[in-house]
Amino acid sequence: MSAVAEKAVIAATKPARGRATGGFWRRVARHVLRDKVALLCAAILGAIALSAIFAPWVAPADPYKTSMIRRLLPPFSPHFILGTDELGRDMLSRLIYGGRVSLTMGLLPVVLATVLGGSLGVIAGYFGRHVNMAIMRIIDVFYAFPSVLLAVAMAGVLGAGIVNSLISLTLVFIPPIARVAESVTTQVRNQDYVEAARATGASAARIIVQQVLANVTGPILTYASSLVSIAIIISSGLSFLGLGAAPPIADWGLMLNTLRQAIYVAPVNAVLPGAMIFAASVSFNLLSDSLRTAMDVRA
Amino acid sequence: MSSLRDRGGPAQPLLSVAGLRKYFPLRGPLGNTNAHVQAVDGISFNVMKGETLGVVGESGCGKSTTARLLMHLIKPDAGDIVLDGDPIGHGGITPRELRRDVQMVFQDSYASLNPRHTASAEIAFGLKVHGMKSGQAKEHAHAALRLVGLDPNLFGDRYPHEMSGGQRQRVNVARGIALNPRLLILDESVSALDKSVQAQVLNLLADLKERLNLTYVFISHDLNVVRHVADRVLVMYLGKIFEIGPAGDIYANAAHPYTKALLASRLSMDPAHRVTAAPLTGDPPNPVRPPSGCRFRTRCALAETICATREPPLNDIAVAHQVACHAVTPGSGHSQAGGIANAA
Repeated sequence: MSAVAEKAVIAATKPARGRATGGFWRRVARHVLRDKVALLCAAILGAIALSAIFAPWVAPADPYKTSMIRRLLPPFSPHFILGTDELGRDMLSRLIYGGRVSLTMGLLPVVLATVLGGSLGVIAGYFGRHVNMAIMRIIDVFYAFPSVLLAVAMAGVLGAGIVNSLISLTLVFIPPIARVAESVTTQVRNQDYVEAARATGASAARIIVQQVLANVTGPILTYASSLVSIAIIISSGLSFLGLGAAPPIADWGLMLNTLRQAIYVAPVNAVLPGAMIFAASVSFNLLSDSLRTAMDVRA
Repeated sequence: MSSLRDRGGPAQPLLSVAGLRKYFPLRGPLGNTNAHVQAVDGISFNVMKGETLGVVGESGCGKSTTARLLMHLIKPDAGDIVLDGDPIGHGGITPRELRRDVQMVFQDSYASLNPRHTASAEIAFGLKVHGMKSGQAKEHAHAALRLVGLDPNLFGDRYPHEMSGGQRQRVNVARGIALNPRLLILDESVSALDKSVQAQVLNLLADLKERLNLTYVFISHDLNVVRHVADRVLVMYLGKIFEIGPAGDIYANAAHPYTKALLASRLSMDPAHRVTAAPLTGDPPNPVRPPSGCRFRTRCALAETICATREPPLNDIAVAHQVACHAVTPGSGHSQAGGIANAA
């Protein structure tokens, strides 16, 4: 009898205690793990990332080895599972190596822009007034340009190359991230708990790091994660236009460009790099969607 | 501890405020200042050691602005704040030093706790600001939680959304007292709680006051609660002090027409004393352009010409009981006031 009662008590108290022990990020992780679509996307991205990282061991052939007699072989040819490109290089190997450039170009500018733009936005939002005015009006100038145009212009000014297109993409993403960070921080700054923290005599830096940051990183990261797919697409676009990676580097955007002439001869080969861009960017988008819903749950 | 910090003896006010003024600029579309909200307009009062000073008034009368000015959370435009003989600024103590001795509990128990911090982390934050090591701060936070009647093993690791309103407000009180302050400003701290929880928190506050030798500034719009806790009461209207005096005196012999109206508007438990007509109608005037002379004259039944032309000063009408009203100031020229004193 008492055992039953004990069990009932445990059952009644368990959910509350469970929530009490699980922090915010653990709750987010649990939510994402329950989301089937998000898991699939994570699996796709994981596969692309792992194969890109371990490309020298995974790739079946040398991605730079050309052969005039094996040009544009169709997929499922012997030794060349996905066929060859216009110079007879193995498509699969090139797609695997291309993931290195494309994922780097998708993630690195967004990470850099999140750190830089996020800091600018949080500082502008927390201090308000003149500081906000100074930072946000400059940001607005950059924001006024369409992002692709800005990236093309930057890459054009800096010159072609992976590093330069990385810099230009970072500059493109700083303004929108700064704006998100600024608006979230402005909301948080006016909360009573920030005022209570000020009432303890804490410095602005300490309040930003210990009180504000935990409450703004969620929305900023969610927004930033949605930019990864755009970064992949723009960087591919820059390569396509000849402003990003230069031949013979394996890059999805560049491959799309060079295979363009072969689209009537070998349509499947020509479409493959585009399919990779599509898969990677859609996966990032859906994953960030799931992340956003997960972070919304605040009971 | 607090006897060591007591510098001027019991007769010296713990907090003394003189001519405190705060106007908030209203900005036009081009960022130009075209008007000011006169939130607090030249108020002076003392908070004695060990007392509870109740501050009452309608919403928008400047109660909360006063609280924030006392903590230097907003900078006053003019006026001096003196903490036990030490002025803030002017070569006295810094706002940071002030905040070690003066703490505040806010109205909204949920908004005033960081949603990403556990109860003990939130309390420990302030302690670490004042140089305590992490482990020691956590121990102190747990001690503070025990003081407010929360078991640290049960509540120390809880987030704000995992607690009830009363529990959250206890955490807020714990955060306030953790820094071992001498003065605690309670800005509508129990107003948002249920009556039963309110009573618990009020009892807790009374208990803490005795145990920790605290002084309270108790801001509330609830006159019944203020009567229950306050030793002295300060009545504010549109950024001005209208009446200040011992609680018993104010509740029994309110002199200012506004105080009378406020007291008459209280809900009564006795059906025989049901309030039938509203003693006070309409909203307070716009604090951007307050009425000339006495700020209450637009809603006052006793208003005369003198009330529009001259602002009534705070005058003693009894021991420690001051009122700012022409109608009760002898010699003011008001028809209801006696003409005994010199009519200058």
